Amino acid sequence: MKQQLEQIALAARAELSKISDQADLEALRIRFLGKKGELTAIMKGMAGLSAEERPVIGQLANRIRAEIEQEITERLAEIKAAASEAKLRAERLDVTLPGTAPKLGKIHPMDKVLHDIEDIFIGMGFDIAEGPEVEYDYYNFEALNLPPDHPARDTQDTFYVTDNVLLRTQTSSVQIHVMENKKPPIRIISPGRVYRSDPLDATHSPIFHQIECLVVDKGITMATLVGTLDMLLKRIYGEECKIRLRPHHFPFTEPSAEVDIVCFNCGGKGCSMCKGEGYVELLGAGMVHPKVLANCGIDPEVYSGFAFGLGLERMTMGKYGINDLRLLYENDLRFLGQF
Amino acid sequence: MDLSMKWLSDYVKIDVPVKQFCYDITMTGSKVEGYETEGSEIRNVVVGRLLSVTPHENSDHLLVCQVDVGKESPIQIVTGANNVREGDLVPVALDGSTLPGGVSIKRGKLRGVESNGMLCSLGELKLTTHDFPYAIENGIFILQEDCKPGDDIHDAIGLNDTKVEFEITPNRPDCLSVIGLAREAAATYKIPFKTPSPEYLGVRGDINEQLSVTVENQKLCKRYIGGMVRNVKIEPSPRWLRERLRASGVRPINNLVDITNYVMLEYGQPMHAFDARYVSGRSIHVRTARDGETITTLDGAVRELSPEMLVIADAEKPVAVAGVMGGEYSGIMPDTVDVIFESACFDGASVRRTAKKLGMRTDSSARFEKGLDPEGCMPAIRRAFELVEMLKCGEPLDSVIDCRSETPVRPAIPFDPDWINGFLGTEIPESDMVGYLKQLEFELRDGMIYAPSFRTDIESKADIAEEVARFYGYNNIPGAELTGVANAQLTPKQKLLRNLETACTALGLYEIETFSFISPKYYDKINLPADSKLRNSVVITNPLGEDTSVMRTSVLPSLCEVLSRNYNFRNPAAALFELGNEYIPTEPGKLPEEPARLSVGLYGNGADFFSLKGIIEGIFEYLGIDGVEYEAAAEGCGFDELSMFHPGRVAVAKIGDKPIAILGEMHPAVAENYGIGTKTYCAKLNVTELLDVETAERVYKPLPKYPAATRDISLICDDEMPVAGLEKLIRNAVGGVLESIRLFDVYKGEQIAGGKKSVAFSIVMRSSEGTLTDDQADAAMKRVRKALSGAGAEVR
Repeated sequence: MKQQLEQIALAARAELSKISDQADLEALRIRFLGKKGELTAIMKGMAGLSAEERPVIGQLANRIRAEIEQEITERLAEIKAAASEAKLRAERLDVTLPGTAPKLGKIHPMDKVLHDIEDIFIGMGFDIAEGPEVEYDYYNFEALNLPPDHPARDTQDTFYVTDNVLLRTQTSSVQIHVMENKKPPIRIISPGRVYRSDPLDATHSPIFHQIECLVVDKGITMATLVGTLDMLLKRIYGEECKIRLRPHHFPFTEPSAEVDIVCFNCGGKGCSMCKGEGYVELLGAGMVHPKVLANCGIDPEVYSGFAFGLGLERMTMGKYGINDLRLLYENDLRFLGQF
Repeated sequence: MDLSMKWLSDYVKIDVPVKQFCYDITMTGSKVEGYETEGSEIRNVVVGRLLSVTPHENSDHLLVCQVDVGKESPIQIVTGANNVREGDLVPVALDGSTLPGGVSIKRGKLRGVESNGMLCSLGELKLTTHDFPYAIENGIFILQEDCKPGDDIHDAIGLNDTKVEFEITPNRPDCLSVIGLAREAAATYKIPFKTPSPEYLGVRGDINEQLSVTVENQKLCKRYIGGMVRNVKIEPSPRWLRERLRASGVRPINNLVDITNYVMLEYGQPMHAFDARYVSGRSIHVRTARDGETITTLDGAVRELSPEMLVIADAEKPVAVAGVMGGEYSGIMPDTVDVIFESACFDGASVRRTAKKLGMRTDSSARFEKGLDPEGCMPAIRRAFELVEMLKCGEPLDSVIDCRSETPVRPAIPFDPDWINGFLGTEIPESDMVGYLKQLEFELRDGMIYAPSFRTDIESKADIAEEVARFYGYNNIPGAELTGVANAQLTPKQKLLRNLETACTALGLYEIETFSFISPKYYDKINLPADSKLRNSVVITNPLGEDTSVMRTSVLPSLCEVLSRNYNFRNPAAALFELGNEYIPTEPGKLPEEPARLSVGLYGNGADFFSLKGIIEGIFEYLGIDGVEYEAAAEGCGFDELSMFHPGRVAVAKIGDKPIAILGEMHPAVAENYGIGTKTYCAKLNVTELLDVETAERVYKPLPKYPAATRDISLICDDEMPVAGLEKLIRNAVGGVLESIRLFDVYKGEQIAGGKKSVAFSIVMRSSEGTLTDDQADAAMKRVRKALSGAGAEVR
């Protein structure tokens, strides 16, 4: 009997080493250790043994059973680990395939630039003011020191609705609305659409966007204007950006200036984009004309102010290197998708 | 304004290269747009003398010339022109030369005969007979200049000036002149400058015996000086004068006319010359036009005059439109004997209006309309007489008629250096300020500043500050920080617009920007009814074209245009939005309302009505607006654009009773109008009106402690019955324990009778007070079944 038991152990071990499948392992367990298994069958024959032999054989049988069970458990763990590894290997992905998340929409490049500018101004304590696009002559011209028949009206080709109602040619009209309704200190910007009868081409559009900036307070000087412009443009274009002011004329500011920035394209060396000048014109600025303050009921002897107007299209084109203004209004998805 | 650098050098010597000059004068306020050296495209062209001209052996129309070009031996050139003779001096483009327009000339053979260059015509040098009246247009330019073979052509014909183009702002008409710019240039370099005072001898004679001048309208004519030149000799002007006109962009005509133009360019004062023979009665009347009067102007056009226009008339008829253009009839002719010179000051606004109305803006009107200085009239006419004597082309009378209204008083502006420094934020010494101002001919007297009369733009302290600043240097003004406390925030509308933008991009939409004006035809394209109030737009009276002639009353046509454009660009799918205004007319003469709108458009990528609706629902969810109800849109739904949608696939979103959005599938006929060959979906949302909608204040609700009971229900009802109605019935029947209703199936077809549909909901109920018992759930469902059958639905 002892011999039989040892043979069973040997056979079980031999079989076990060949098994690589979980089901086969279970079959083996049943074959050797099950209720009708080989080991059980032998144990049943123990009744015919002598009282001396029975404990010895019994011990041996139990030991063999325990050993086989142990080995089956170990083998099972090995098989499971191998199977799991194989599964993981089979599940390998090409992680360089594109993602499939829902597509995000995009903000128009002009609005992106506008929000950046608005956020800078909000941070500097400027409210955002609004005014009508279809406007009275008074707000667009007359209150801005451009009386009827003023020659400077010709520099802004105006769309008219009636003799007295027009499409605003400049966001400066909002200055008047603001100053009529609020007493200094005033710090506002006013972004919006303006209209001039320039046919659409690569650099002109009958509709474009300006961002007006107005500050009125005691002690505002031209130096404050210079400092504010410098800070603003450094925040927009980076610390190394360089500007220069040139005397100019706007009826609603005195002194007036045009502000140039070192050419985005050549960095000041002179190229075709800046016509060899090294600078490109960026915006118009100046000290609010005393007559304009007075027109709004603000005493120019007490208060002074500055104003300037940024061109959103020009800034957007500069920022992204867009060379044709029409792209901004064409709304081709292949264009909009780039920003 | 084009400035000849040669001309400028008569008045101020500039020692720096022209590029530097352009920069420096720009930085003191006279902006240079660019400069051009005359004839810079012409290289290696010299004067040649024709030693012999012989026929070509193989051609009837070619000539072979031996040309002395100042070298040891002559060169041979073949020419096709037939106006050349032995001994002529001509421009010769040598081998390897270039001509205007990028033409380059190389040695070659013409019909077998070697040619070592080209003889040039006026046109090939980019000149005309106006520049050289003795030459001809069709043929070689035979030079009548003082030059010799081998001379560079630039020097030989005086093609060596540099033209600087200035952008003069409208407040500085004084700078539309050589003298004005010379004064600015001198101030830029701090060189002494003296305004010239022209001198002439004149012949004795009483002008009043020759001419009478009556200014009938003194408001529109502040000064009128009439002078006379007798026994004129009309001929081309000398070369130096023609060169200067040419460099200034003015066409030479004849000596008398050229003198008036020369004076205008030099002094900034427009002048006019009349042939005295055709000034009837030799009397000049400065008056407004009479009803029905016409004039044939110098350009040959017949102009109808209207009573507000100022004219120069003789005893009978207008002979010039004051400050704009002269009449053809009284113009200077080759046989003119006596000439009347006019140097006058007309009202700027009046000239501007007249020129605009007649549609002719001239160099003269462009100067007058900016407001000229009456004091400029006398030096100008004196300069004209000086030139007449210099050119020996006539005899100016030594007296003139000068009619003027009272001299304008120059404003006295307090000189307050502290105020100027305070205003500019600078510390400029008073002595420097005085220096800048004196250089510009400002007068300082008793603490007051008086600007020279030609500086009509100077009115106040701020103007003085600008004069100081531009010569101190704008870029020398230090930057100062904007100080003081200020707080700022977005307005509710601005916040809403930003939220909408965020929601739309999160929902996969691309933002677009379209024009606010459209064509009235766009209303037809969206099939808008003929009587729709949306067809009443704000109309632009002077549009660029019909396409941009009315302010839009709906944002949807612009959106459709962009969808159509993208479809035509073969972009397979589009999902777009725009935040833009509509312009709704109010009362006549009043401003329109400008409500903000959101438009959304989709096609492709499986878009259907429900993907559009999902986006609109998503937007409301993002904004925190609850209780939006959707119903099939019908006439009177609050949106006239209903016409552009498929009648069975369009909904109106309402908040309470208020229609807030329309959304639907584009009508096939409208899609055809736009050339869109795929199903397209559009929506419009009234943004301004959303500002009045209360958004729900979000308050934390504890997470559920007790389990939910879920019951499914399936029913059959008429196809017409909207699902939203069924849902409402269920909601009311379940009552307070309702947590959510989810529609999970709508079915029409086999096993369902025609005109019916099967609808299935999953209903989740939960109590916050304890576990819901089966009895409680069943009782709720019993109420649901009852309510549904009551409404005609059959519960399965």
